[in-house]
Amino acid sequence: MSTSATHGLGSPAAITRHAILLITGALILIPFVWMVSLSIKPPGEIFHASFSFWPKQFYGIENYTKALTEAPLPRYMLNGVFVCTMIVAAQVLVCAPAAYALAKLEFPGKNLLFAMVLIALILPHEVLSLPLFILGYQIGVLNTYAALVFPYVVSPFGIFLFRQFFKTIPDDVIHAARLDGLSELAIVWRIMVPMALPAIIAFGIFSVVGHWNSLFWPLIAVRDQNLMPPPLGIMAFKNEEAGNDYGPLMAASTIVVAPLIIAFLSAQRWFVEGLTGGAVK
Amino acid sequence: MAGITIEKIEKTFGATPVLREVSLKIADGEFLTLLGPSGCGKSTLLRILAGLEVQTAGSVAIGDRVVDGVRPKRRDVAMVFQSYALYPHMTVQDNMSVPLRMRRLTAWQRLPLLGRFLPGTKATAAEIERDVIRTAKALGIGHLLARKPGQLSGGQRQRVAVGRAMVRQPAVFLMDEPLSNLDAKLRVQMRAEIKELHNRLGVTFVYVTHDQSEAMTMSDRVAVMLDGELLQVAPPQEIYADPDDRRVAEFIGSPKINMLEAKLRDAALADAAGTSFTVAADAGPGTALTVGIRPEAFHLVETGGPNVLTGAVRLVEHMGSDLFVHLNVPGTEHPVVARLLAERAPQIELGQTLHLGVRPERLLIFAADGKRLRPQGHAGAKVLPIKERMQ
Repeated sequence: MSTSATHGLGSPAAITRHAILLITGALILIPFVWMVSLSIKPPGEIFHASFSFWPKQFYGIENYTKALTEAPLPRYMLNGVFVCTMIVAAQVLVCAPAAYALAKLEFPGKNLLFAMVLIALILPHEVLSLPLFILGYQIGVLNTYAALVFPYVVSPFGIFLFRQFFKTIPDDVIHAARLDGLSELAIVWRIMVPMALPAIIAFGIFSVVGHWNSLFWPLIAVRDQNLMPPPLGIMAFKNEEAGNDYGPLMAASTIVVAPLIIAFLSAQRWFVEGLTGGAVK
Repeated sequence: MAGITIEKIEKTFGATPVLREVSLKIADGEFLTLLGPSGCGKSTLLRILAGLEVQTAGSVAIGDRVVDGVRPKRRDVAMVFQSYALYPHMTVQDNMSVPLRMRRLTAWQRLPLLGRFLPGTKATAAEIERDVIRTAKALGIGHLLARKPGQLSGGQRQRVAVGRAMVRQPAVFLMDEPLSNLDAKLRVQMRAEIKELHNRLGVTFVYVTHDQSEAMTMSDRVAVMLDGELLQVAPPQEIYADPDDRRVAEFIGSPKINMLEAKLRDAALADAAGTSFTVAADAGPGTALTVGIRPEAFHLVETGGPNVLTGAVRLVEHMGSDLFVHLNVPGTEHPVVARLLAERAPQIELGQTLHLGVRPERLLIFAADGKRLRPQGHAGAKVLPIKERMQ
């Protein structure tokens, strides 16, 4: 976009660059296009040798109706919304004060704590699933919503991202707030968080996308269909109801992915600003 | 209404001392300026007064109350920061309301949504709004209340920052280089406004700056700081004319004071730069001294002699009313700068030999350790009337 405007499209380097971008973009997009395409095709056309995006016979209504009625897809979606909201809220609630302490307060052991956050950042979450499963069993929350939420309440990534952003806020603002009479917690919620809103929204999107799509932990943590988030629901749906009925399956997948795409597109401006804000400011 | 007593304040960051035994009494209603180059510890001292930083040793009292360990909120001080430190997500009105809301409303009343319906919230909020609007009008920012800081110019932001400090009527105003982000013209204007504000409010102001013209024009007293030490605290006029320390003399005044390395010949005469100066020093012959001469202390004389410097003109700077003449004087490290009346300009040419005389009572004599040596029975420096100065 802006690169082509400033450098021109004519040079071979620009053409190569755009070709690479187009190919990468296509590779990422093709499965989604295919998914949407399959979701509107009748069963007979799905395994046709030749590929066309638009079906000869439009079967979308049947597929989507089946997806929405044969399995409790709306229920899965609501589960997903509830769990993701709880996770994001809890994460911001925990990460913002922690990040404020790491960015702006002086206390012994601060660097050690931050190093531990960084180490936690490196660990893949799957490594922790067995201990978390045992912990969940011990405190008796397995197979509840709490089981889906509690492992994610403390997000090292969130702490790290907020800390970096808080560090760019001048100390004078905090000093002024202290003189104005704000307590440390009030400084976090009334000054730091509003000022870091782009970073928090960016983090929120990351978090929602990650947990909306997460399959691994819900697979371990819940068995009750009424608690399942969308991806797990789809899996259950595939096994039990649909069998090899790919049309409705793809329709369900499309329905599950759509909210994320809509949310991302509408918050895109914030997202980019949040990830680069600290650097540009 | 409160004076400030600072007693033997010390501050170290790690192993680096930033403040060394600073003691200072600031009178109620005084405008005191902490003046010094960057890194001298003046801002640190101000932050210790505000309670934003904790001293390593020593104690601070505001009014009759020792405030060591008292939270900034409870010290009854307000501060204006160099960067203004406004809250960018709030409107001007909200920015100015914060200190009042935090003081006049209870924690329950401040709750979003719910607080509005608690008894008393509405009346207090209306009162706060009234106070904010009155303060904003007094500062000429009444029409900006609905804007956010990002939509304001530097001068307007500065006023909002002053307004936020002023609105809660603190006993002490602390200002940390509030004008250094403004352009030169606005700075002069705001300088006058802050001074007027001080006259109007009559509360204690502690003002930190590295700009000597701000310090000289605004203050009742100036405290000159260097390397974490308080060198001299005195009215501006006295700081300039009667410095206690060589470093003070060198820091204050533009162009800089001329410093000549001298050797004492006897109790009344010192040799420097190829001439002899009349000094009164209680030291043995051969003692090293420094003779300081302000540029405006010179006057042109016809011939050389005692108390007269002779040298070749190296540079002439026209300043409109004044003339700065740089002279190469043999035996000095730096050119000697003299401030003469502009009418002299046609008579002075580059390379010409000039004789610059100076009255003995206008010499500032410093010992080798930088301390001022004053003649016996000295009652402060004489500040000569302007006519006599510009001969």
